[in-house]
Amino acid sequence: MLSRVSVLPRVRLVRGARGLSNYHPIASHVDSAENTKTTPFDFNAENHARAELIMSKYPTNYKQAAIIPLLDLAQRQNGGWLPLAAMDRVAKLVEVAPMRVYEVATFYTMFNRERVGKYFIQLCGTTPCMVCGSEDIKKAIEDYLGIKEGQTTADGLFTLREVECLGSCANAPMIQLNDDYYECLTPKSVVELLKRCKSGNVPPMGRWGSLPLNGQVSCEGPAGKTSLFEEPAPPPMRADLDGQVDPASVKAHMGY
Amino acid sequence: MASVDEKSRVYGGMRDSDRIFTNLYGEQDWRLVDAMKRGDWYKTKEIMWMGPDWIVQEIKDSGLRGRGGAGFPSGLKWSFMPKKSDGRPSFLVINADESEPGTCKDREIMRKDPHKLIEGTLLAGYAMRARACYVYIRGEYFNEAVVLDEAIHEAYKAGFLGKNACGSGYDYDVYLHRGAGAYICGEETSLIESLEGKQGKPRLKPPFPANVGVFGCPSTVTNVETVAVAPTILRRGASWFAGFGRKNNSGTKLFAISGHVNNPIVVEEEMSIPMRDLIDKHCGGVRGGWNNLQAVIPGGSSVPVLPIDECSEALMDFDDLKARGSGLGTAAVTVMDKSVDMIAAIRRLAHFYKHESCGQCTPCREGSHWLEAILLRMETGDADVREIAMLEEISRQIEGHTICALGDAAAWPVQGLIRRFKDVMENRIAHPDKFDPQAHFQKAWSGLKPANTDWVTQHGGSNVLNLS
Repeated sequence: MLSRVSVLPRVRLVRGARGLSNYHPIASHVDSAENTKTTPFDFNAENHARAELIMSKYPTNYKQAAIIPLLDLAQRQNGGWLPLAAMDRVAKLVEVAPMRVYEVATFYTMFNRERVGKYFIQLCGTTPCMVCGSEDIKKAIEDYLGIKEGQTTADGLFTLREVECLGSCANAPMIQLNDDYYECLTPKSVVELLKRCKSGNVPPMGRWGSLPLNGQVSCEGPAGKTSLFEEPAPPPMRADLDGQVDPASVKAHMGY
Repeated sequence: MASVDEKSRVYGGMRDSDRIFTNLYGEQDWRLVDAMKRGDWYKTKEIMWMGPDWIVQEIKDSGLRGRGGAGFPSGLKWSFMPKKSDGRPSFLVINADESEPGTCKDREIMRKDPHKLIEGTLLAGYAMRARACYVYIRGEYFNEAVVLDEAIHEAYKAGFLGKNACGSGYDYDVYLHRGAGAYICGEETSLIESLEGKQGKPRLKPPFPANVGVFGCPSTVTNVETVAVAPTILRRGASWFAGFGRKNNSGTKLFAISGHVNNPIVVEEEMSIPMRDLIDKHCGGVRGGWNNLQAVIPGGSSVPVLPIDECSEALMDFDDLKARGSGLGTAAVTVMDKSVDMIAAIRRLAHFYKHESCGQCTPCREGSHWLEAILLRMETGDADVREIAMLEEISRQIEGHTICALGDAAAWPVQGLIRRFKDVMENRIAHPDKFDPQAHFQKAWSGLKPANTDWVTQHGGSNVLNLS
């Protein structure tokens, strides 16, 4: 009995440092006060126009190809999460059974079927970020916000979720804050970033649509680039282009 | 004679004038004006007049192999598309769903050199006789999608796309489609399903996409980098491109190096560059010196890990890494020094595959869960030594028994761990009391302290938070 007790702290320590996620979404819909079958939802006029534009990209007999972009549009209009009514609306727009849309909304991780905070923090935790200290960053965020991964703060300002690789590995560790990538983090800089969010003063994205917080521009590394010191010049053009194939003839035999 | 050359030649260290992605570090603008200064859209019409078959032959001769991971010869793949329509149009689909852990190369193309990609879609699409192109970009790349979308608009406005593209008489449209967060959608048939607005669940092949792809029409799915290098290959000639790298591994390649190096970077280098040269020359070496290296994942998370002795000799190309029991994959190099707990690192990858398995095939859906569950226990030493063999067996039961390659990708890292670090696993199981998770806890690391202030200030960087 005693030996069992002595084993417990070790296990807890492990779970504490490398705990599994606290976020366990289920596929089925659960009614809440703000999310029932009858909660009204419709695209506003501006987004209706956008929806038309989106649907025009796909063949008319494959309208359902627009489901993913339309769900994204609905989620943006609804403050970052996707109510059941919005899925029904999209189903109507693309003329499919609602189930076809539910299937999609539950499959893809970017659709939040519950309300998330105003600042939705997605922390990349996959191995390249993990070896660069994503757990260190996670701990700093959790300590500062007083929540665990997968939870939302009581004031509804922040949601923290650990996600899989966000494709910014040379700038690890990183988080995605709503749409924006904040990269090359330290526990200190990520807390400073959250403080700025709290005061409504979110640092804007840098020149290349991301912001490495260690002061880098993008992917050139903290010590700087190691190539491309010459002025970029157009590549040499071959001289033997004497083409005889009229591209319009290709169009003809493909029936375009 | 050629083989002697091949053995004695040291690859890597290419000249700047041979690099394709000249705006990799964002010193110029991504917009059309600057892109044309870099040589994009120059005489595109003349290239098109050479005809689809000529383009495919040039790509074949250049030896370009797909840059998305599998390394299939690109010219051959492009030639599979129908030469005469049976009434259905053909489509080109660009796979910009870059989600392989470690990989961040296509992102740099899309946000800094989008016109290379867009011109590539026209030439590749024309070579396949495609009517239109869909670019499937991962949903998380929002700002990259904004840039790419704007670049597509620019190309339309300049008359490079749309009706009579580049004045050639060919009509060609490019559409951007954003995904919504699923690694599996990087698999070609899954991407097609997702593009059609369904769950991203891979299709059985045959029929292959070149017969029945997106919207039931002939399609080819190809990686961003493969298509983006095509215009430069066509301008400079196949032999120029084939002159880089070893035989069957020709060309230049974007390498993304992350992890425990002093200068994590994305860099364009010659294929077949020795891994050690790549890390020492471009990444400022391994944190704490080469001897502090423990292991490298050389090609994105799906390929097996290599220990230091292999890394010292490995060449970064398809064939050499394959011979060493790993692979080039997407050329995303993740470096891990001796502070890393290898079991934890692979356990985290096992979690990744469990999370990203689409759930369609039982071996992958269930097996990936078991891989993680067992590794979670092994990490703390709470396992029986016989379970190592069991783990291997589970991975073998996944590998090759699924519709798509995600099952293989889930199995390989675990097999790599067992092959290379079995002693670590056995030790952990024999002495669970000696396991100290805090000893392996990784502090935040993005390379050395920035020492590049002048360049950064000149090129639009700023230390906005004023942190030292």
